[in-house]
Amino acid sequence: MLTKRIIPCLDIKDGRTVKGVNFVQLRDAGDPVELAKIYSDEGADELVFLDITATVDKRKTLAELVTKIAKAINIPFTVGGGISTVEDVKVLLNAGADKISINSAAVNNPQIINDMAQEFGSQCVVVAIDTRNVDGLDFVHTHGGRKPTLLQTQAWAREVCDRGAGEILLTSMDHDGTKGGFANEITAEISSMLSIPVIASGGAGNSEHFKDVFTFGKADAALAASIFHFKEIPIPELKAYLNSEGISIRK
Amino acid sequence: MISIIDYGVGNVKAFLNIYNKLGHKAYLAKTEEDLIGSTKVILPGVGHFDYAMTKFLESGLSESVNDLVLNKKIPALGICVGMQMLARKSEEGSMPGLGWMEADVVRFDIDKIDFRPHLPHMGWNDVDIVKNDKILDGFPKQSKFYFLHSYFMACDKASDVIATSEYGTTFSCIVNHENIYGIQCHPEKSHGFGIKFLDNFAKL
Repeated sequence: MLTKRIIPCLDIKDGRTVKGVNFVQLRDAGDPVELAKIYSDEGADELVFLDITATVDKRKTLAELVTKIAKAINIPFTVGGGISTVEDVKVLLNAGADKISINSAAVNNPQIINDMAQEFGSQCVVVAIDTRNVDGLDFVHTHGGRKPTLLQTQAWAREVCDRGAGEILLTSMDHDGTKGGFANEITAEISSMLSIPVIASGGAGNSEHFKDVFTFGKADAALAASIFHFKEIPIPELKAYLNSEGISIRK
Repeated sequence: MISIIDYGVGNVKAFLNIYNKLGHKAYLAKTEEDLIGSTKVILPGVGHFDYAMTKFLESGLSESVNDLVLNKKIPALGICVGMQMLARKSEEGSMPGLGWMEADVVRFDIDKIDFRPHLPHMGWNDVDIVKNDKILDGFPKQSKFYFLHSYFMACDKASDVIATSEYGTTFSCIVNHENIYGIQCHPEKSHGFGIKFLDNFAKL
């Protein structure tokens, strides 16, 4: 049976992981390649690398890092963060990335979704949507959730799907960092509405939250960062728990 | 020496990386000269069936590869669309396939898939061994591999199928006929089992 996916997310700046990472077995805590290897050996189903570098050398550094990651691991991985042109996408796919995630670029220029799908296939196009609830309505936000847009989340999700996105990475900015659980309601709503997989993100605090997002939230995959980095939930334990709860998982 | 056919389709570097790490001699074959001395050949492939077939035929490698596989009978492994190219034809396109396997490639029937995101079939799924073969030496009855596809190979003879998977229907995901192997999943993205599979192929 097709399994639900567990996806650790690594934040990258100038080719190094930025958020505090607490791994005793790491020789170099800032080396994303080494961390990626550990996660893939622990049973992560995929990895996401989000680049938050703002410098002009960004593109080159990121492509070099992607080449190293592709050499080190053999599970699928997504690269995102400030990618705004088809040319950027091409460079990163050629360097060995399996999927590319775009966020603000899609909001600013939705045609890029069509262009990416046309040129590289929908399977490598992940559209990241940051959503926040404002007075009972869900709106897409950009700039790490700080800047509201006029796009309603549900309508935008449908549009990116129609334009050829292969997957949606849905982050609830209301839940992100709270450790109080994923945004199951809107995840289920979007998941049920669309024919493409939805990766839920934001709010993971314990193993039960993952079970909930796969059942009530109808998510196909769940992404988290700090709880994995700080070993609050080791991936093998999380997977054993989900398996015991009857959720189809790759052990 | 394992030749990885580099005809501009598929992530050929991924196979090279794995074989380098495993210590097997492998290299990318872009020209006919590159194929001299090959003892095994890997045919990768992604994307549309006709696109991959066209690129392969245009590469100038097809005649030599045909000779190595059909006359010299060296072990060959088609991966993903590379596996589908081994068939006579595919519902995805109008071009003929290589015809090395007595099989046609068909699309999943989405009405039979109750899993919500219907197609492509993407993610980790079970691979069930249905026939013992050296290429699956040391594998458990069931193992998980990474899949990404909307079409699969339907073999004329059940005896050509060595492993199956389930997605709305039971379909063949590893096949073999004489020296020719095909795998629908992506061993290069399937962590431990994927590496073991590629290692086993190298040791055939």
